[in-house]
Amino acid sequence: MVLAEQTQSIEEQRRWEGDLDQLRGLVSERAITGETMLLNMGPHHPSTHGVLRLLLELDGEQIVNCLPDIGFLHTGIEKSIEDKSYEKAVPLTDRMDYLSPMSNNMAFSATVEKLLDLDVPERGQIIRVICLELARCASHLVWLGTHAIDMGAMSVLLYAFRERERVLGMFEMLSGQRMMSSYIRPGGVWRDVPDDFLPTIKQFLNDFPAKVDDYEALLTRNPIWKDRAQGVGVIEPDVALAYGMTGPALRGSGVNWDLRKAQPYSGYETYDFNVPVGEHGDVYDRYLIRIHEFRESVKILQQAVSRLERTQGPCRSQNGKYCPPLRSELGQSMEAVIHHFKLWTYGYDAPDDEIYNAIESPRGEIGCYIHGTGANKPRRVHFKTPSFIHISALPVVAKGYLLADMVAIIGSVDIVLGDCDR
Amino acid sequence: MGVSSKLANLGVVTTTVEQAVNWARTGAMWPLLFGLACCAIEYMSSQASSYDLSRFGMELNRATPRQADLLIVSGRLTRKMAPVVRQLYDQMAEPKWVISMGDCASCGGVYNNYAIVQGVDEIIPVDVYIAGCPPRPEQLLHGILTLHEKVKGERIADWA
Repeated sequence: MVLAEQTQSIEEQRRWEGDLDQLRGLVSERAITGETMLLNMGPHHPSTHGVLRLLLELDGEQIVNCLPDIGFLHTGIEKSIEDKSYEKAVPLTDRMDYLSPMSNNMAFSATVEKLLDLDVPERGQIIRVICLELARCASHLVWLGTHAIDMGAMSVLLYAFRERERVLGMFEMLSGQRMMSSYIRPGGVWRDVPDDFLPTIKQFLNDFPAKVDDYEALLTRNPIWKDRAQGVGVIEPDVALAYGMTGPALRGSGVNWDLRKAQPYSGYETYDFNVPVGEHGDVYDRYLIRIHEFRESVKILQQAVSRLERTQGPCRSQNGKYCPPLRSELGQSMEAVIHHFKLWTYGYDAPDDEIYNAIESPRGEIGCYIHGTGANKPRRVHFKTPSFIHISALPVVAKGYLLADMVAIIGSVDIVLGDCDR
Repeated sequence: MGVSSKLANLGVVTTTVEQAVNWARTGAMWPLLFGLACCAIEYMSSQASSYDLSRFGMELNRATPRQADLLIVSGRLTRKMAPVVRQLYDQMAEPKWVISMGDCASCGGVYNNYAIVQGVDEIIPVDVYIAGCPPRPEQLLHGILTLHEKVKGERIADWA
């Protein structure tokens, strides 16, 4: 009975009582007269990478206008964090950009550290770099598989997920969870790496470059792939900059901007790696950039792993006010017990100050803004996420291309709706 | 034993219509190609090489609800998305089943706030709930096999 009532109320919500006049100004006049067609793409569509809805105005097969409708995955994460102490907000950040939770952890933790003026020990920073680059590989692998499947290359997904399982296995080794790891926390990382982690990652780094060659053999010189990708979805550099695009979507247009180089964090300035930059700004260039980023990530990971072997010490800050004490100390030190109790019941006070910090996630710049209150909960937390910005640029990018190219464009800017809507 | 083994020797197997239909339904249950959030990525993992859902006749994801038997609600369901999911469910042809994958779809998970529907069972009937945030592919497989057991136990009187 309750179900029937709810069904009825949903039926009422579903009925659109507007008319075409409401769309006036959003679509061209030709759509009002019926000369062009309005097509609804999503929110249930296999190629929108989640629950994005696009209202497309089509002249034949050509896109005249594209109106993105977002918010189908709005979770209220920013609002929920306002009700949590800083330590307990980390698991919520996992679930924004669910393809690279480590980057979200890092964006939030680094901002909290900046607010508290908290230092991370060197070993913690190295482990963070390893996590971030592994997350980049895992995220790009999902992008590669889904992007290829959107364009009709079905088998790439099976190859990509084979390697992704290995990365997720390493995350599980570190944190106990495959995806939502909450491993990077304010002050460092949750715990030191287990003993069998280093052999596993070395084996992975040994195998992975050959696997990237396999992906390239499937796609890079594939004539169908080139036909679908080259010259499609061109983003001019000034458009990309004007919309604030970042990450591979910006670098594909030839703008060399990577926060790992421009504003290094977590010791990225000490690693030797290149930032691949495209020249045409089309779907194909963005594809090549991400493939190169696999190789650059492997380069960074190799350096980080050898550094981790040489570096001893704690992996999180020793300041008991902000980081929990070691389990072994709890039985010996009264102070450690007090710190532990205070941290897990109350948290810690952060200054009444506002702070912004950004890091380079696989999709682009993910920025975190925190306004502290002087107490243990923030007044406001906001995330500046790359997917939101890239979706806002879709109307400009898609204009003039064919309907089938829309799928390629959405895939190539690599949006995650959880990241966009939060 | 008795008459059935003699018939089997002759190449004849006896069963009931109920059992035959339920066996067919569990052998090729096509899921809807539909994902909401994080759980959809684990769902993709289950489809991909390591876990390989096609062992259970489920490799064929249908993008249209008209051709799908199984709706796997994978992820948090927002209030804005709820009417869409209900419409998808309504568009599916009988017989149809629903798996609620993950904590968010089952009960709202960690999000008890203004944006999230506290469990997909508020808008559609659910056959199997899977816990986890997100559930591992093994958990999803277990949920699917649990659903198969449930379907095998369905009676003619229950068929829609």
